Amino acid sequence: MSILRKQIGDFTRLRYKRRKALSLWMTFVLGLAAVAASASLLAVFSYVVLRGAPELTLSFFMNLPKPVGEPGGGMLNAFVGSLLMVLLASAIGIPWGIATGMYLSEYGRGRFAFCVRFCAEMLSSVPSIVIGLFVYVLIVKPMQRFSGIAGAFALTLIMVPLIARNTEELLKLVPQHIREAGLALGVPRWKVTLWIVLRGSLSGVMTGVILGIARISGETAPLLFTALNNRFLSLAPDQPMASLPVQIYTYAISPFEDWNRQAWSGAFVLILFVFVLNIMTRAIFKPGLGRVRD
Amino acid sequence: MSNSILKAEDLSAWFGSTQALRNIDLEFTPNSVTALIGPSGCGKSTFIRCLNRLHEEVPGARAQGKVILQGRNIYDLTVDPVLIRRKIGMVFQKPNPFPSLSVMENVVAGLKLAGIRRKSILMEVTERSLKQAALWDEVKDKLYQPGTSLSGGQQQRLCIARALAVEPPILLMDEPTSALDPISTAKIEELVIQLKKSMTVVIVTHNMQQAARISDKTAFFLLGDLIEFGETSSLFTVPREKRTEQYITGKFG
Repeated sequence: MSILRKQIGDFTRLRYKRRKALSLWMTFVLGLAAVAASASLLAVFSYVVLRGAPELTLSFFMNLPKPVGEPGGGMLNAFVGSLLMVLLASAIGIPWGIATGMYLSEYGRGRFAFCVRFCAEMLSSVPSIVIGLFVYVLIVKPMQRFSGIAGAFALTLIMVPLIARNTEELLKLVPQHIREAGLALGVPRWKVTLWIVLRGSLSGVMTGVILGIARISGETAPLLFTALNNRFLSLAPDQPMASLPVQIYTYAISPFEDWNRQAWSGAFVLILFVFVLNIMTRAIFKPGLGRVRD
Repeated sequence: MSNSILKAEDLSAWFGSTQALRNIDLEFTPNSVTALIGPSGCGKSTFIRCLNRLHEEVPGARAQGKVILQGRNIYDLTVDPVLIRRKIGMVFQKPNPFPSLSVMENVVAGLKLAGIRRKSILMEVTERSLKQAALWDEVKDKLYQPGTSLSGGQQQRLCIARALAVEPPILLMDEPTSALDPISTAKIEELVIQLKKSMTVVIVTHNMQQAARISDKTAFFLLGDLIEFGETSSLFTVPREKRTEQYITGKFG
């Protein structure tokens, strides 16, 4: 055994130790990043629970806001308004989004499909306040009035590209030979698309739909100058309409302590709703259920 | 000549500008099994996909020539390919049961999507088709489980049952056993021989022993041309063409 070889041996041993130590450190750093990320969610959630839950009473859901200075009152107008606008947006946005996704995956070829896909991607990354501005110009200005319709339409515009892209991705996972098997049975193409391809990916498509609903339920910016707000219970879609996020915003920045407290309660309800939707999605539509072995 | 149920006349096919088939003339007699053999890329799959007009579903693909089904050219402009495909069933290389559909739903998919909803009819067809595909005994207690939960060999027989459910007079099989183990393969070969009693089968295979075992006639394709077509027994024992002989003796391919 030469001296040289011994030296090389010492050197590699040293390098190995250093590499092990570095590896340990890096794993620790990555773990820390992961913990910090989930801890911030936990912190937000627990803080909202702490501030919002104690104030939460049945009357918060059942009553309209009291005039300034009078204690009590609730957010019934906001719950009803949010529900109406999200329902309206979903009624338009879900079929529209799924149809767009189906077009992109099954029929879209060439430059036009490329443009549509590009636009959907751009639209989903446009800041939601800009969408609000757009709808303001498109609907609020001509109508001379803030309205629930305008708010719902702004939410629809946020929802459609999300659902469209998700649907497209999921339908593309269905292998081509599955479609061919349908065609070879003498099934017309549109029926293959609807009853074999879409139905086969339904669980994934619905997951995207529910996540889309959760997303628009919490949007504030697009509603600020479309639906505005309404201190009264209003079911008229052509009138200004309250919504939970905007109500929270209004109450949170107000100088009244009672309103600030209610803002926390509202935030708690909102976060709970979005959480429940997310968890429900995971429970009902288990990932991989509709997947196809290729 | 009038004894053919299906006949290709001067059939050519392209993918974009690449010609995949050159002027094929081939006819199939009723109640026979015809095997198509040849090395990969020789056009045999393209050929059977032209027989039910599935070839044209691939973007950029087109076909030219005639395919006469029961006296009518299926490439006539007035012919609806959907109606043609109801008369010509197809089984693919990979077992491909429809995802999220149960065994039974898979079998009756063709009927259901054609508008037949009567439960009693669907049940009857399910049992008949699965028995015909030699799968009934294995899945009769699993009719409502997902088709994808079956084993690979069972899935392939499910796909055969699905094709049989619409009672096509012709069945095309594109390497139906190439993804299966020997036992499943044997079952499907046995099945093909049974099916011959009631229909005409065209089967693409890479396995020459398989062609010899189950087919009445064999066609040998090479680089888009039909080289030789004849009785299976004579094609494998006394091939007329030099290239056929070279291929079946393993000199290339």
